[in-house]
Amino acid sequence: MAHALEPHAKTLAEAGGEASFGLINDYDPRMRIVMACVFAIITVALSTIPALTVALAVSIGLLLMSRLPIRRSLKRMAMMDSFIIFMLVLLPFSMPGDAMFTVFGFPASWQGLWKAIEIALTANAVILTLMVLVGTLEPVTLGHALHKLRCPEGLVHLLMFTIRYIEVLREEYLRLRGAMKIRGFRPGTNWHTYRSFGYLVGMMLVRAIERSERILDAMKCRGFSGRLVLLQSFNLTRRDVMFAAMLSAICLGLLLLDLL
Amino acid sequence: MHIVDGALANPVVIGGAVAAAGGIALGLKSLDLDRIPTAGVLSASFFVASLIHVPIGPSSVHLILNGLAGLLLGWAAFPALFVGLLLQAVFFGFGGLTVLGINTVNIALPAALTWMIFGRLIARGSPFQGAIWGGVGGAFSIAATTAFVAFSLALSGDEFLPAAKLVLFAHIPVMVIEAVLTGFAVLLARKVKPELFPKVAST
Repeated sequence: MAHALEPHAKTLAEAGGEASFGLINDYDPRMRIVMACVFAIITVALSTIPALTVALAVSIGLLLMSRLPIRRSLKRMAMMDSFIIFMLVLLPFSMPGDAMFTVFGFPASWQGLWKAIEIALTANAVILTLMVLVGTLEPVTLGHALHKLRCPEGLVHLLMFTIRYIEVLREEYLRLRGAMKIRGFRPGTNWHTYRSFGYLVGMMLVRAIERSERILDAMKCRGFSGRLVLLQSFNLTRRDVMFAAMLSAICLGLLLLDLL
Repeated sequence: MHIVDGALANPVVIGGAVAAAGGIALGLKSLDLDRIPTAGVLSASFFVASLIHVPIGPSSVHLILNGLAGLLLGWAAFPALFVGLLLQAVFFGFGGLTVLGINTVNIALPAALTWMIFGRLIARGSPFQGAIWGGVGGAFSIAATTAFVAFSLALSGDEFLPAAKLVLFAHIPVMVIEAVLTGFAVLLARKVKPELFPKVAST
């Protein structure tokens, strides 16, 4: 996770606080969530390299439309690639097929190479679209939109609480780490480190539970009856419908390209 | 540990989504409205705990702690870990969208299993005994998660078998680290707030 949070990176609670995200930002959040899902399903269904390349191009187009910081977004995407790179490198060697070349007597097949490229294209296209269409939403708006899309109420409440407390608990974590540092703790590969980290996690959890008891008391004090009232309302404008129709047409085009 | 979009066969993805939906429904049912704040705060703290990087030799691993999540949350670990994965995918670009279901099952089912097997053992005996069982539970949940990930890869095609084996071996050190850390976390929780585990295990 922390690969994604560079020193100056923002966490969820503040992520949406700054400038608007260009064209994408004006669209209806519900429509963005639905279209991200549609695009993801269509892209996963594609199986030819040209169609997948176009899909990735579409998602990069969306990124350009969104005015997200391009380098940082692509860097985050590359971070995900670093996780799957081993699997992709292994694929040409593990998939039977026409030999491309051999390394230490292991033949690498063309089929495996194409399969690896296919997976890389799919994964990147989907995650980039998701980050552009849904990741630019303010986290709380995401909760409201999911609620309006008829997600179970309990799940939405859980999501809202999680979003609310990630930042609080991160500050608590940093405070505990600061306290450890000031006492001369330096992590290394040794028993002392593991024990200290274990206590750190345990302490965080104990404090989290106690905090949640206080929160519940405070909420009850203010008349919490087990329901959060989600007031934010959205309206679907013609621009939203146009955007959705355009993206659907692109998806249809991708499917046709795939069949050719 | 995250599987990405496009790697798995469609039946595996769909099966994973259905199983995840079932698990989440079950978890939500066990969450009465009084427990939602607790689950939310715990879900957030597991999100933050996964930011902790533990050095191991020249490299470092980040914590998953799904065993501990299961021990504290029971079935509610399903929705809690799902929320974590959703936020990771949407805001940090880890994992994927269509594979959200299978990823949730791979992480949350071991958590729930850990709770069922070790939940009672941890609350019993001295804190030290509880910590030992906590450690075993922590190792078990990571082992089960890796096995599930390897299994879902293997189900999708034989060409993934080497990758699946690699995943298994690469996670042995992670397993050890998580075992030790979960053990100490349980030890501390048993000493500082002993009511934590019995209370949760009985609900």
